Amino acid sequence: MTSAGAPERTTTRGGGTLYRGDLGMWSWVAHRITGVLTFFFLFTHVLDTALVRVSPNAYDAVIETYKNPIVNLFEVGLVGAVLYHALNGIRVMLVDFWEKGAKYQRVMLWTVLAVWVVVMIPGFYFMMERTISDLVGGH
Amino acid sequence: MSLALDKPRSPKRPAARRGNGELYSWLFMRLSGLLLVVLVLGHLFIMNILDGGVHKINFGFVAGRWASPFWQFWDLAMLWLAQIHGGNGVRTVINDYARKDSTRFWLKMLLYVSMVLIIALGTFVIFTFDPNISN
Repeated sequence: MTSAGAPERTTTRGGGTLYRGDLGMWSWVAHRITGVLTFFFLFTHVLDTALVRVSPNAYDAVIETYKNPIVNLFEVGLVGAVLYHALNGIRVMLVDFWEKGAKYQRVMLWTVLAVWVVVMIPGFYFMMERTISDLVGGH
Repeated sequence: MSLALDKPRSPKRPAARRGNGELYSWLFMRLSGLLLVVLVLGHLFIMNILDGGVHKINFGFVAGRWASPFWQFWDLAMLWLAQIHGGNGVRTVINDYARKDSTRFWLKMLLYVSMVLIIALGTFVIFTFDPNISN
C-alpha cells in the first residue's frame, strides 16, 4: 500500500523532487477511496446474495432494487471504481517489480486513465441500455 | 586476555524484532490483486455488461451458474481473496488514520469480525446452495 504512489522524479523549481500534491499522490488517494468503497459494497453484496439460501422470492425481491435506474447508475460508479483500482493496481505492481516502472509511472498513470475512459464509454452504454430505453420508450 | 570489541558500524541496539508480517502483507496484496483483476473484472463483465447487464439476474440465473463447479470455485476464490485483500487494505487505512490506540484496536476488531462473518456466510451459501429450495 505504501508504495502506491512511488516517489516522483519531477523536478521542482527549487531543484528537489515532488511527491506531495503531485499526480502520484492523487493516484494513491484515488486508489484508497475506490478500494474502501468497493470493500463496503462487497459486505452488502455477500449479504444480498446469501438470500438465495432463504428463498427465490426473497432474492429476486432484493435484486429488483439493483435494477432501479438510480441504483443502476451507482453500479456504473462501482464498475468505474473497481476498474480504476484494478488498472492502477497493475501500475503499482509495475512500479514495484519492473526496473523501469518508477521511471514510467507518470506515463503509466495517463495510460490507466485513457484505458479507463475507453472501457467505460461502451461499459456505460451496455450497463444503462435497458434503463435508458425503459425511461425514454416506456416499454 | 581478549577484549570483546563490537564489529565496525554495528548498531548500539539491535533492531526491533518485528517479524516479516508486513512484508508478507505487501506481497499478498500484489499476488491476490493480480488474481482479483481477472476474477472481479470477469465477474463484473458477465454480471453487469453482458446480456442486458443486471436486468438478467434472478434466482434462476444464479442457479444456472452455480450448477457448474467452475463458477462455484470462481466465486469462492473471489470471495476469499477479495475479503482478505480488501480487509488488509482497510487495516492499513485504519492504522494510518486512527489516532487513539483504543480507536485503532476497536475498528480493527470490527473489521476482523466482519471479515470472518462475510467469508463464513459466503462460503456456507456457495456450498449449501439448493436450486430446488421452496419459495
